[in-house]
Amino acid sequence: MAMQGVQIDLISEERLADMTSMEKIRMILDDVRQGTIVILERGLEPEEQSTLIEMTMREILPDGFNGIEIETYPSREESPGFLKRLMGKSTKETRLTVIGPANQLKMIKKDRDMISAWVSTK
Amino acid sequence: MNIFVQTRNRISKFLAAFLRKKRSRIGIYGPPNAGKTTLANRIAKDWTGEQLGLVSEIPHETRRAVRKADISITGSNGSSITIDIVDTPGVTTKVDYKEFLEYGVAKEDAIVRAREATEGVAEAMHWLREDIDGVIYMLDSTEDPFMQVNIMMIGIIESRNLPVLIAANKTDLPDASPQRIRSAFPQHPVVPISCLEGSNLDELYEKMVNNFR
Repeated sequence: MAMQGVQIDLISEERLADMTSMEKIRMILDDVRQGTIVILERGLEPEEQSTLIEMTMREILPDGFNGIEIETYPSREESPGFLKRLMGKSTKETRLTVIGPANQLKMIKKDRDMISAWVSTK
Repeated sequence: MNIFVQTRNRISKFLAAFLRKKRSRIGIYGPPNAGKTTLANRIAKDWTGEQLGLVSEIPHETRRAVRKADISITGSNGSSITIDIVDTPGVTTKVDYKEFLEYGVAKEDAIVRAREATEGVAEAMHWLREDIDGVIYMLDSTEDPFMQVNIMMIGIIESRNLPVLIAANKTDLPDASPQRIRSAFPQHPVVPISCLEGSNLDELYEKMVNNFR
């Protein structure tokens, strides 16, 4: 008997660093539309999140893909290096992110440092 | 009209256009059903006497961004701002037409509504990227502020360096907890309000004058 279950892809920070924004978004949406749960070691940049929302909306179909569930911890201020401190710049550290099909992944509980989610088969 | 007068008029028109202060466009953002259109209507009615859009309990009632231009708001010390208010569709990462069936909407209408809602969300994101100078982020203070869409949207707004005020709406309800919103987003000013009852809007207007000038 074939094993029933849900595929989970865990993508390392190094793998993500090698990808362009559009490659990341396309990979996420293609995987999630197949019912895969994607876990990113480091989250998407704000601009990428904005594009992900827009592209998700364009791919929603009645009785088909109805969007994504995405969960991440709130970003943290990165401790700036000397040059960034000199220039008064601060950067946000993106954090672990879980993305799945909205009809399969449900958040149970979440706060600043903990995400508890529930995944169902289709 | 001689050539001297024509030239002088042209120069003064050019200078007037060049020196005219750009009017800030303030977007009201937030998840569906937070009360964005109710607030937009309140602001428009209080300062221009006119309304902006329809309000309903069905999510995604606003499916197109609506702009009301030239709203002048005056603070208690007499200083004022003139802004455009943009009421935007509620932002979400999922839309299922079946959600609308629960409100008694027929299936065909629900499918159309869902399609328009997805277009509306994409439009709202586009406005944020291109055409918004400041944001009132509207939250229902009876709901969990750590909802992912809020964390993402605040991050996107911050990355664009836009001034943001968080309006903690629905303080008239017994479960309201503006303090929970304050602790979720301590880096931004939070104003507890009830759009329905019109309470504490003076503080919001005061903060708008100070933050969006």
